[in-house]
Amino acid sequence: MSDLLPTGHKKIEEMRMEGIVKRFPGVLANDHVNFDVKAGEIHALLGENGAGKSTLVRQLYGLYRPDEGKIFINGEEVVFHSPKDSIAAGVGMIHQHFMLVPDLTVVENVALGLPSSRGVILDLDRVRKRIELLCQQYNLKVDPYAYIWQLSVGEQQRVEILKALYRGAALLVLDEPTAVLTPQEVDDLFITLRRMADEGHALIFISHKLHEVLAISQRVTVLRDGRVVGTRPTAGATKTELAQMMVGRPVILQYEKSPLKMGDILLKVENLVVRGDRGTDALKGVSLEVHSGEILGLAGVSGNGQRELAEALAGLRPVKSGRIILNGVDVTHASPSVRIATGQSYIPEERMKDGAIKDFSVADNFILEDHAKPPFSSRTFLNFRSIRQVSERLVQEFNVKTPTIDTPIKNLSGGNIQKMILARELSRKPKVLIASQPTRGVDIGASEYIHQRLLEQRQAGTATLLISEDLDEIRALSDRIAVIYEGEIVGIVDGKTATTEELGLMMAGIREKPKA
Amino acid sequence: MAELFTLPVLLGIIYSGIRLATPYLYAAIGETFAQRSGVLNLGVDGIMLMGAYTGFYVAMKTGNLFLGLLGAATAGLLMGLLMSVVSVSLQAEQGISGIGLNLFGLGLSTLLFKVTLGGVESIRGFQPIRVPLLGQIPYLGEIFFNHNLLVYGAFLLVPLANYVLNNTTFGLKVRAVGQNPQAADTLGVNVTLIRYTTVCLGGILAGIAGASLSLALINLFQENMTSGMGFIAVALVYFGGWRPWGVLGGALLFSFVNALQLWVQVKGINIPSDIAVMMPYILTIIALTLSGRRARQPQALTKPFERGEN
Repeated sequence: MSDLLPTGHKKIEEMRMEGIVKRFPGVLANDHVNFDVKAGEIHALLGENGAGKSTLVRQLYGLYRPDEGKIFINGEEVVFHSPKDSIAAGVGMIHQHFMLVPDLTVVENVALGLPSSRGVILDLDRVRKRIELLCQQYNLKVDPYAYIWQLSVGEQQRVEILKALYRGAALLVLDEPTAVLTPQEVDDLFITLRRMADEGHALIFISHKLHEVLAISQRVTVLRDGRVVGTRPTAGATKTELAQMMVGRPVILQYEKSPLKMGDILLKVENLVVRGDRGTDALKGVSLEVHSGEILGLAGVSGNGQRELAEALAGLRPVKSGRIILNGVDVTHASPSVRIATGQSYIPEERMKDGAIKDFSVADNFILEDHAKPPFSSRTFLNFRSIRQVSERLVQEFNVKTPTIDTPIKNLSGGNIQKMILARELSRKPKVLIASQPTRGVDIGASEYIHQRLLEQRQAGTATLLISEDLDEIRALSDRIAVIYEGEIVGIVDGKTATTEELGLMMAGIREKPKA
Repeated sequence: MAELFTLPVLLGIIYSGIRLATPYLYAAIGETFAQRSGVLNLGVDGIMLMGAYTGFYVAMKTGNLFLGLLGAATAGLLMGLLMSVVSVSLQAEQGISGIGLNLFGLGLSTLLFKVTLGGVESIRGFQPIRVPLLGQIPYLGEIFFNHNLLVYGAFLLVPLANYVLNNTTFGLKVRAVGQNPQAADTLGVNVTLIRYTTVCLGGILAGIAGASLSLALINLFQENMTSGMGFIAVALVYFGGWRPWGVLGGALLFSFVNALQLWVQVKGINIPSDIAVMMPYILTIIALTLSGRRARQPQALTKPFERGEN
C-alpha cells in the first residue's frame, strides 16, 4: 500500500496524545487524557458540553499548549506553537464555527495564508485548478468563485474540508460538524468522511449525538469532566451504554408525554414579513397558529429566519407587514413590555446577550422584567426583602446551582443560566411561551430538566412555540412541527408521524408531497 | 454668482481641488489599510501634525525636501507603532486610544515647534513639475499635469493601494484579518503582525500627508495646522466604503467643495465666510448619512483579537 494520500501528501499512520493536562483558571479542562487515531480510521470523541473535547483537539491544532503531556505523530514527539506548526505536520481542523471569511470567495479563502507561486502577487487561477482537482478526487461540489456568504451551510463546510485537504491534511479533526446540517447534508458529509478514511486519512469526529457516532466511527472515546471514561470499538456499543458513560448516570432518551389537550388559539401570526440585518426580507409571509396546551416546533437549518421570527414575536425587531395576535390582542407593533403584560414569555436564543445581564446577580436577573411591580417594588423603591425571598424560592424550585443569589450570573454554567431564565419566564405563568434554542450549549442533565418543565407547561395550558435547530429536540417535544426555509413555512406536519427523512427534505426547501 | 462660472475660475477650482485632495488621499488611503485589517485609528490628525512638523524641521535644517519627507514618514511610523502597541498588543479600546494619540501628536508637535523653531518661518517647498507632453495639452495639461511631486504621488497611490489590497497575498491577509481574524489565525496568518503592518503603514502615510501640508501646500508649520483634516480622512474611509477608489471619490468631492468655497470668498460673493467654510463639513455629514454602507464595513473593525475566542 502506498504511504501517500491522493493529495500527494504523506499519511499520518498514527497520532497519539499521552497524559494531556490543560488547566484554565478554576477549571481542569483535560485531566491526563490519552487519545490516539490511526490512518484509515474514524475515531469519535464523545462527551457533553464542557467535557473537554474541544480543548483536547485545540491542543492538537496548536491553538492551546498542553500544560502536561506529549503528542506523537508516527512515533515522533511534536510540539505545536501555533496552527501553522500543526498544519505543517499534516493536521487539519474543521471548526464548530466555520473559520471562513464571508466577504471573500472560495478560492480566496483557500489561498489565504499560503505562499503564492508568483511571490507577493496572488495566483488564484492556479489555486482554482487544484481546488477543482480535489473536488474530483473527493467527490465534493463547490463553485470556486462563489462568495462564502452566498453558500449554504453544507457547502461552507465543504470549503472547510477543501481548505484542510489543500493544505495537505492527513489527519482531520471535525469539531461537531453535523450541528448545523440538515439530515441529508449529514448523509453527504458521512459519504465524504468514509471516502477520506478509505483513502488513508485519519479522522477525529467530535459529537454529542449518539446515533451519529454509532453510524460513522470505528472506535469511540468518551470524555467526562476532562477525563477519559473509556474507549470502545463502536461495533457492539449501544446508545444507552454510551449515554450513561457520557453523563455518569442513566439517561432518559424518550419522554413520557401526556395526551394533547388543544385549546384556543393564543398566538396567531398572519403573513408576517420582517427584514433581516442585511436589509432583505428574512421572513416572507409567515403564518402560524399556536393553541393552548400544545407545543409547536419550528424546525429548520440555522439562518432561515428563525432568529428574526423570534425577535419579531418578542417585539425586538420591527414588522414590515402582517399581524401578530397575542391572546386576542393585536401586538404587531407593540413594545416588549406590552407583550409581557399580555402574557407572553420569551426565552431568547442568545441567553448572555438577550436573556441576562452577565454582571448582574442571580437575584437582579430574576427581576429584570417585573422589578417595577409589586412585590419587587413599590412607589419606585425596590423591596429587597421580597426580591430575596422570591429569588431564593426560584433557585430552589428550578434547581439553579449557584453559590448564592448574589453571585454574578456570568459565573454560572450555561445550563444553570438557562434554568435561571426559565425560572424567571415560567414563574410569570405565561399564556404564550416563545422558546428559542432553549437547550443549545446546555449539558444533557439540564436539557432533560428544561424539557420536562416545557412539557409541564404544556400540560398547564401554555401555548409554546419551540424554535430549535436540534431536530431530536423538536421531535421529542412537539405536537406539530412547522418547517421554515428561507423565510417561508414549507409545511406543518404531525409531530407523532413525521419522519426524519421527511423533515430533512422540508428543511432543504423541498415541499411536502401531496398525500396520495 | 455669475462671476464663479467663468472658465478661468472653474479651471482654478478644479486645479485647487486636486491640490487640496493630496493630504486627504495620503491619510485616508493609509487609514483604509488599517481599517481593512480591523483597526480604527482615530489618531490620524495627530500623526499628520507630527509629520508636518518633523518634515518641516528636517527640510529646514538640511535644506533637503526629500530628507524632510523621510523624516515625516519616520515620525508617522513611530506614531503608528505607538498606536499598534496600545491598540493591538495591549488591546486598548481603539476609539479612545486614537483620541489619545491625536492629542499626544497635537501637544508634542506644538511643544517641539515652540522649542526648536518658535516663530513662523516658511520654506520653499515642492514646486510644480510640468509633465512632458501631457502637460502641453490645453487646459487639461494645466489642471492635471502641472502639480508638485506629492500630488502625483497621492493620485498614483490610489490604484497602487487597490492592487495591493486585491491582488497580493498581503492584501488578502489584510482583508481576512479585518473580517474574521479567528479564521485567519487558524490558517497560520499572524494577525498581530498584519495589524502592526497596516497601522504602521497608515502612520507613514499620515506622516507624509502632514508633510504635504508643510512642504508643498502651505510651506510652513503652525500649531494645529491640520485643524481636523485627519478626522475628515477617517470619515472619507467610511464614505469610500473601505475601497481606495471610493476614498478617491470622497476626497475629490470634499476638496472640490472646499476649493469652491475658497473661490467664493476670494471673489467676495455675498455669503458669510463662516458659512462658506462650513460647507465641506456639512457636505461630509450629509454624504456619510446618505451613503450608509455598513454592510461593507470590515466585520472585526475596532475589535481586538484574542486567540481561541469565538
